[in-house]
Amino acid sequence: MDFNKTYKLTFIALGVSLLFVALLNISLGSIHIPFKELVYILFRNVESKESWQYIIYNFRIPKAITAMLVGSGLGVSGLLMQTLFRNPLAGPFVLGISSGASLGVACLILGSAFFGGVLGDFMLSTWSITIASSIGAFLVLSSVLIAIKKIRNTMSILIVGLMFGSISAAIINVLSYFSSAEQLQQFIFWSFGSLGNLSWNELTVFFMIILLSTILLLFIIKPLNSLLLGESYAISLGVNIKKTRYIVLITTSLMTGVITAFSGPIAFVGLAIPHLTKLIFNTSDHRILLPAVAINGAILMLVCDAIAQLPTSEHVLPINAVTSLFGAPIVIWLLVRKQKNSL
Amino acid sequence: MNTSNKHIVLKTKDLSIGYCSKSGVNSVAKEINIHLEKGKLVCLLGKNGIGKSTLLRTLSKTQHALGGTVYLNNQDLASIASSEMAKEMSLVLTDRIPDSQLSVFELVALGRQPYTNWLGKLSSEDHQKAKKAIAQVGIEAIAAKKYYELSDGQLQKVMIARALAQDTAIIILDEPTAHLDMHHKIEVFKLLQNLVKNTGKTIILSTHEVNLALKIADILWLMTPRNFLSGSLQEHIAQKNLEELFPSKQIKFDPVSEQFILQN
Repeated sequence: MDFNKTYKLTFIALGVSLLFVALLNISLGSIHIPFKELVYILFRNVESKESWQYIIYNFRIPKAITAMLVGSGLGVSGLLMQTLFRNPLAGPFVLGISSGASLGVACLILGSAFFGGVLGDFMLSTWSITIASSIGAFLVLSSVLIAIKKIRNTMSILIVGLMFGSISAAIINVLSYFSSAEQLQQFIFWSFGSLGNLSWNELTVFFMIILLSTILLLFIIKPLNSLLLGESYAISLGVNIKKTRYIVLITTSLMTGVITAFSGPIAFVGLAIPHLTKLIFNTSDHRILLPAVAINGAILMLVCDAIAQLPTSEHVLPINAVTSLFGAPIVIWLLVRKQKNSL
Repeated sequence: MNTSNKHIVLKTKDLSIGYCSKSGVNSVAKEINIHLEKGKLVCLLGKNGIGKSTLLRTLSKTQHALGGTVYLNNQDLASIASSEMAKEMSLVLTDRIPDSQLSVFELVALGRQPYTNWLGKLSSEDHQKAKKAIAQVGIEAIAAKKYYELSDGQLQKVMIARALAQDTAIIILDEPTAHLDMHHKIEVFKLLQNLVKNTGKTIILSTHEVNLALKIADILWLMTPRNFLSGSLQEHIAQKNLEELFPSKQIKFDPVSEQFILQN
């Protein structure tokens, strides 16, 4: 597979768009800060209004970074699942992985009442939410993987994912019934999804986990490419399928888990971004797709977040609603197209 | 057959094949003894469900043997790492390829994976070998196309080119001519025959095109309900083995014309 010059141009274009969208994202918010002032604050360190500096450094930049990490991580997870499951419709949300992560968090937040005291406090720390959500994601992903061994049909796999989502929702309902109004509120707000509210410390943890997953991924780029031929061919090319599957399993549940923990269950991004990227680049080579999906995911999430801000308004929409509004139609479009030319 | 041991690429000893499931062992065929020289075109014949695919999968280590041993170049198959296997044996399977944006060249170049670095970057040698493989099967004209744009016949040639690019001494093909029309069937058979002649590779294929197989194969492997038989056409005719291939009265082997004919 050749690294064409056309890819380089597309990458440069994407990089520039990312920079532009990131600036745009930071410039928007409930408090109006002139774009010129923003550029001054960011690049020149010129004395500006202190409150503006504070807002930009402690709210808007962390939020923009969160958006980028969430978009990249979900997109890459989606791409990995689509290749591993040989299914164009796979993704962290569609397969119920995000629901699994939610279930983990629900068990933690809503279940903390049963423990109470010091233990309860510990359980609600960022770390424990991250761990609970990763475990939830891992459990559902493993179950889906087992189920998929017996099911080959694309549509059936979607239904299995849907069912896992329903089971998670049902358990969350039961838990909600037994928990206090306060805990319920905490959980509901979490489940709306939010890119804000992350401290620089939490952001560092977030960044390190995404970085770790990405490094792990570098080692399976080659096996992922041979998986494009299906498992039997991949084995005949000397690929260690089990190892590859485990790395995909671990990285995707880690990424989906940590993203869900920090920003709530975010729908459809993981499915839509790999497809948009494949449309732009017209390739299946993971050496190009992985970085491209990461950049596209970051751009898309920044745009969604900008829309969620409802520019010039004081209200903020739940980010989950925005991504669903644009993501769900993409799934429908893919299904229609699949019927047409069986691609 | 008096040949020295070093020319034997594939050998089996009392191989039994089949599946292990929860309900027990499902043995498909037993006492398979193969002694295959290098540079032969082998056709594996047998009726549906007799275990042709199972045998090919067992020989290529994609499935475990129930008993007995397979030797590849006099080395126990079980002791060969899959990364080494990939340099000795390549496959053309009946599996459908999952949806993707792979181009024909990219698909063929994936055959170079056992030789590329950890990122799968193609060296100039890899490029050359992929191009050579494409030329060998005569698909230069469609090399830039996406694989999903191809007809079944073209795709089968692409898959053969991919196996060639893998640069192995043995190529195993599972029913390479299924879904193809008569013209393409003959084309694929001729192509494989020429490859054996020109490259000295050993090619093993299973097929239902019995008459074509009788004409071009150097060695015929017959799987009958009773046993596994290996030999040249003349040997099989002498031992009246071919009569046992199909348990039907409607199709019969005619030793004079050396082909299967319909009985009315």
